[in-house]
Amino acid sequence: MTALLSVQGLIKRFGGLTATDQVSFEVHTGEIHAIIGPNGAGKTTLISQLAGELRPDEGRIVFEGRDIAALSVPERALAGLGRSYQISQIFHEFTALENVMLSVQAHAGHSFSFFRQVATDPRLTAPALEALRKVGLAHRADARVAALAHGEHRQLELAMTLAGAPRLLLLDEPMAGMSQKESEEMVALIASLKERYGIILVEHDMDAVFALADRISVLVYGRIIFTGTPDEVRGSQAVREAYLGEEEGA
Amino acid sequence: MADLRSPRFWVPAAVLAFLALLPAYSALVGQSFYVTLFTRILVYALAALALNFVLGFGGLVSFGHALYMGLGAYAVGILSFHGVTNGWVHLAAALIVGGVFATLVGAVVVRTGGMTFIMITLAFAQMGYFLAVSLKQYGGDDGLTIDARSQLGIVDLGSNTVLYYAVLACLVACLWLFNRMLGARFGYVLRGSKSNERRMLALGFPTFRYKLSAYVMSAMVCTLAGFFLANFTKFASPSYMQWSVSGELIVIIVLGGMGTLFGPVIGAIVLLLLEEVLQGYRPGLFPPLEEVVNKHWQVVIGLFVILVVLFAKRGLYGFIVERRE
Repeated sequence: MTALLSVQGLIKRFGGLTATDQVSFEVHTGEIHAIIGPNGAGKTTLISQLAGELRPDEGRIVFEGRDIAALSVPERALAGLGRSYQISQIFHEFTALENVMLSVQAHAGHSFSFFRQVATDPRLTAPALEALRKVGLAHRADARVAALAHGEHRQLELAMTLAGAPRLLLLDEPMAGMSQKESEEMVALIASLKERYGIILVEHDMDAVFALADRISVLVYGRIIFTGTPDEVRGSQAVREAYLGEEEGA
Repeated sequence: MADLRSPRFWVPAAVLAFLALLPAYSALVGQSFYVTLFTRILVYALAALALNFVLGFGGLVSFGHALYMGLGAYAVGILSFHGVTNGWVHLAAALIVGGVFATLVGAVVVRTGGMTFIMITLAFAQMGYFLAVSLKQYGGDDGLTIDARSQLGIVDLGSNTVLYYAVLACLVACLWLFNRMLGARFGYVLRGSKSNERRMLALGFPTFRYKLSAYVMSAMVCTLAGFFLANFTKFASPSYMQWSVSGELIVIIVLGGMGTLFGPVIGAIVLLLLEEVLQGYRPGLFPPLEEVVNKHWQVVIGLFVILVVLFAKRGLYGFIVERRE
């Protein structure tokens, strides 16, 4: 089976600092590939290169057999990469439904439509409501984003990502700032999505990572020092020294 | 549909009804002055409405929209100077020149944001200003007198009342048009780009082309306002492109309500009426104070604008509407 996403020899330098150093890994459909690492390991830099906000200096990013390293952020989104942000990047002026409708709209051809009102356009409202239902937020569809709780923001963030019908999800700390209970719900939700998507999960919550991931890559100083199943990662002496030990000691 | 009791419906409806009836009242009391004063107000309202489309809804704080008013005015002035009196030609020339300029300028400025955007738009407007000053054959910095108003067939702009209603009709048409656009896909992309451009890109919107289109549309409505301004004053002057005019448009928007559709209309009425009233009003109740106010009317307006900004986040229109809801 060919990989959904194949990252090959990715390098990103900031002056003298190599923030991403020869990173290679693969993600398949139906698989959750977690990327963990201590703060400053370069996780966000890596995600930004996958999403297109940063251009790598070297290496290839092959998505569905096509090198996308030269594509812009919107081009990659339209190609099937859905990204959710570490800090909820949502539209505070809009309702939850309008937020998701924008995501649907992005994938429904161009938006040079000046007269047809979106509020009464079922081509936008129906898929948006469906995405809200998937994440369990349909009952809050007409609430303004400002009125939603933090956990609901995270759900909305995910609904927006899903509404774009991506094949690969880049989830950047989806549990950030969530309560224990919200976290557990999010874990169940992500597990339920796994079948249909390939998922790259960057997350600090180790319980969530070990519960969800099929494979884990451990990133330290921009390098992947180890890739394996959760059990293999737990058993690795190198990982413990570089990362897990630090956490326990802290 | 529209809820008749909502202030979002009846405030604009009442103001527009007042504007529609104003010439009749003016004729009744024999004060033609009201029509000319309000023609000026409507021209500014039209320009501010256009600017607010990109400024209030798109987050593009253009400090150079006077450029487009000036271009519209000079299209009328220069064509008239060469003996072209057909108003449709004037109008077409104004819109085409405005559209071409806006596309070229926009292709540069819309790529930037924040303070850079403000400064570059200002720089382009100043270039237009000095270009107009350098046109010696068209009057240079003295400006260009226009012998007669544009001839628009049965629409006889030579009559002040007809000119007034022509501007009002365009204002209402633009209000309707912008309202439709803001609720359509295009408007959502524009508002989304203001709210969180990074996310818009990640969703898959190539935001640049939408922002550029909005900028061009906004600029073209401003050239339309310039077309009317030249017809109203029978004059085209570099001063129409001065930075202070761009500034005045922004003050109108802030005063009326940034990011509200109808705010600029309220803002234009209030600001220009205040300017008029403060300069000449002498009720005779307390002459020394009145003299000070007449002399330093700009200070009074400044204080008023500061108060509105401090106490009404969404301007006068937002203040009226949100208090009654």
